[in-house]
Amino acid sequence: MKDTYTITAFSENHIGLLNRITIIFTRRHINIESLTVSSTEMKGIHRFTIVVEAEEEQVVKVVNQIEKLTEVLRAEWYLNDDTVYREIALYKIPIDSAIDKNLELVLREFNAHIVDIQNDFVIIENTGHVDDTEKLYDILNPFGILQFVRSGRISISKQKKELSAYLNELPLNEYVKE
Amino acid sequence: MKEPLKITGAEAILSSLIKENVDTIFGYPGGAIMPIYDKLFDKFHKLKHILVRHEQGAAHAAQAYAMVTGKPGVCFATSGPGATNLITGITNANLDSIPIIFITAQVSSTLLGTDAFQETDMISLSMPVTKWNYQVTKANEIADAIAKAFFFAKTGRPGPVLIDITKDAQNELTEFNYKKIKSIRSYNPKPELKDEDIRTTLLLMQSSKKPLLLAGHGILLANATGQLEAFVNKTKIPVAVTLLGKSAICEDNPYYAGMLGMHGNYAPNVLTNEADLIIAAGMRFDDRVTGDLSRYAKKARIIHIDIDKAELNKNVKADIAIHADIKDFLDEIIPAINYSADKRWLEQFRKLEKIEQEKVIHKECFPENGKIRSGEVINRLSVKTAREAIIVTDVGQNQMMGARYYKYKYPNSLITSGGLGTMGFGLPAAMGAQVGRPDKTVILITGDGGFQMTAQELGTVFQYNLPVKIVIFNNNFLGMVRQWQQLFNNNRYAETNMPTPDFPLIAKAFGIEGAVVKDRAKLDQALDKMLNHNGPHLLEVKIEKEANVFPMIYPGMAVDEIILEP
Repeated sequence: MKDTYTITAFSENHIGLLNRITIIFTRRHINIESLTVSSTEMKGIHRFTIVVEAEEEQVVKVVNQIEKLTEVLRAEWYLNDDTVYREIALYKIPIDSAIDKNLELVLREFNAHIVDIQNDFVIIENTGHVDDTEKLYDILNPFGILQFVRSGRISISKQKKELSAYLNELPLNEYVKE
Repeated sequence: MKEPLKITGAEAILSSLIKENVDTIFGYPGGAIMPIYDKLFDKFHKLKHILVRHEQGAAHAAQAYAMVTGKPGVCFATSGPGATNLITGITNANLDSIPIIFITAQVSSTLLGTDAFQETDMISLSMPVTKWNYQVTKANEIADAIAKAFFFAKTGRPGPVLIDITKDAQNELTEFNYKKIKSIRSYNPKPELKDEDIRTTLLLMQSSKKPLLLAGHGILLANATGQLEAFVNKTKIPVAVTLLGKSAICEDNPYYAGMLGMHGNYAPNVLTNEADLIIAAGMRFDDRVTGDLSRYAKKARIIHIDIDKAELNKNVKADIAIHADIKDFLDEIIPAINYSADKRWLEQFRKLEKIEQEKVIHKECFPENGKIRSGEVINRLSVKTAREAIIVTDVGQNQMMGARYYKYKYPNSLITSGGLGTMGFGLPAAMGAQVGRPDKTVILITGDGGFQMTAQELGTVFQYNLPVKIVIFNNNFLGMVRQWQQLFNNNRYAETNMPTPDFPLIAKAFGIEGAVVKDRAKLDQALDKMLNHNGPHLLEVKIEKEANVFPMIYPGMAVDEIILEP
């Protein structure tokens, strides 16, 4: 049965590695729902957060293939319940609509805030699950959304010793010569 | 203060290769790689260069060279078409886990991404088919890049790597200080064997009445043939091999049970589904080995040992998945074994072997009338060479016959394209094998189709006077596809029938002695002449046109449904 899985991988920060990782999905005809790549607290190490809709067996195999890449340090997979995850969404709405008194209510309800005000529009930011940012989109739609953008997922596992604890045990040098 | 000595990137590349004990390179020059060849001009005494006739030939030759010497192969190609011509060979090496260092030249770094003359994005192109690749744009990166390349290629599950080097990096001056790589933090080539894995294996063996060992290419790659023999002799467990696992154990061994898979032997295929324990050692349950997965080895507990974690539970779910170097595993378990397989189980193999012998092997190897059969040629070669030769095959019926009817004795004496099944592999691979082992008789078993795919390498054979013995089985068909058309497409021979040129005459044009044989009565003489000839020799054997390879597991069938005769 298909489910939503979050795959996390730590890698060296090398050119082309993103391509090597995405090829693994392409080859198996798995669509990547969202992808976030960012630097970690450890210099030179990057974190990939990949969300896919797939079957568990497929996900396990894909994670093994990712971990097999010579420049990937570790890869893991999680179900939604095993992680805390968020996406950020930005909404641009016309300044006239922003004066509407209902907007304040909406922002409070969603814990969203205005991050920028220009002469003719304001930009609202919201953080949450896709469901939340989508719901806010529907509510803001009548205000007239000029532009909407959503980030990929970032996620942190609910395990006590998370994958990133492992980073602390890593050698500082990428490689050692004889 | 004295300036440190600087050398060009091109020279750094060659010096790095020498530091890695490379002495042979297969390659082809071109525009972007000229600085490297210019430096090579001064280093021919240390680096022998084999000039092939097409870059694909270089890749296959390097693969065979690596397989027979145990050293990584090295290939040079220029940018653009030179590099893209390597792709089939890189892919072949990737699927068969062969360490090769491919060095491709690239346009100057200032021209990258401009669609410059002979620019191609070789890093992206080779990504899915290399274990690792890297583009060098500065001369001071060369030493570390090559050190990493060798480390990745040779260690863990071996595989091909590619370094793409821009022309300006080849010309740039750099200090040079080469050091081999000791470890890389993102890469663990030597998984730790757990005591628990040994214990559970011993436990499962203890309760097994019908154990079967499946030995794959991993045994040869790990240099564990001695350990395999010791394990088998001690446990008396029948051992079957995969196509690439052929020659991992001497076929005289009393517990040798034959080859697995679609055209493997009858007994190990049938009894896979009888076994109560399967120990899979350095193999990957390829679909050509398993047949219908849903009906594969259902009575058996499965212990799978592989150095590549991604292979464990990939195709067949293992009861015990052991992530380890097969050599470490065998070294560790052998002294602890206190088990001997039931004799009656081995007798079951012998009984089925007799059936295959009568129904298939005898007819194939000792036919009394009709045209020459490929099996009888290989059987005679096996006897005539006292099983001492290195057999290189192309792909198709010739390959299956070469694997089935030569009685392999020494490790790495069958060189064949397994995972990719690359027609055209044969001739260049035979060259590479001969370059790597000049002391050995190298016999190429090929077909009229595959031979014509890379026949240009006769030029290389001629240039270096490589004494390879080329046997072309000519049935004027792409035999294996024709066999399938006969069996599954109602004899509709769509484009598998091809007229062939006068092969001995082609050989002659390259200064290579050639002959043709049609009659059984003259076969021995023709083979003797070929084997005794001092130098390369091509023998075209006109064989039975519509002969089929059997036994066969038809597509979709379970292994124990293997068919002996159509």
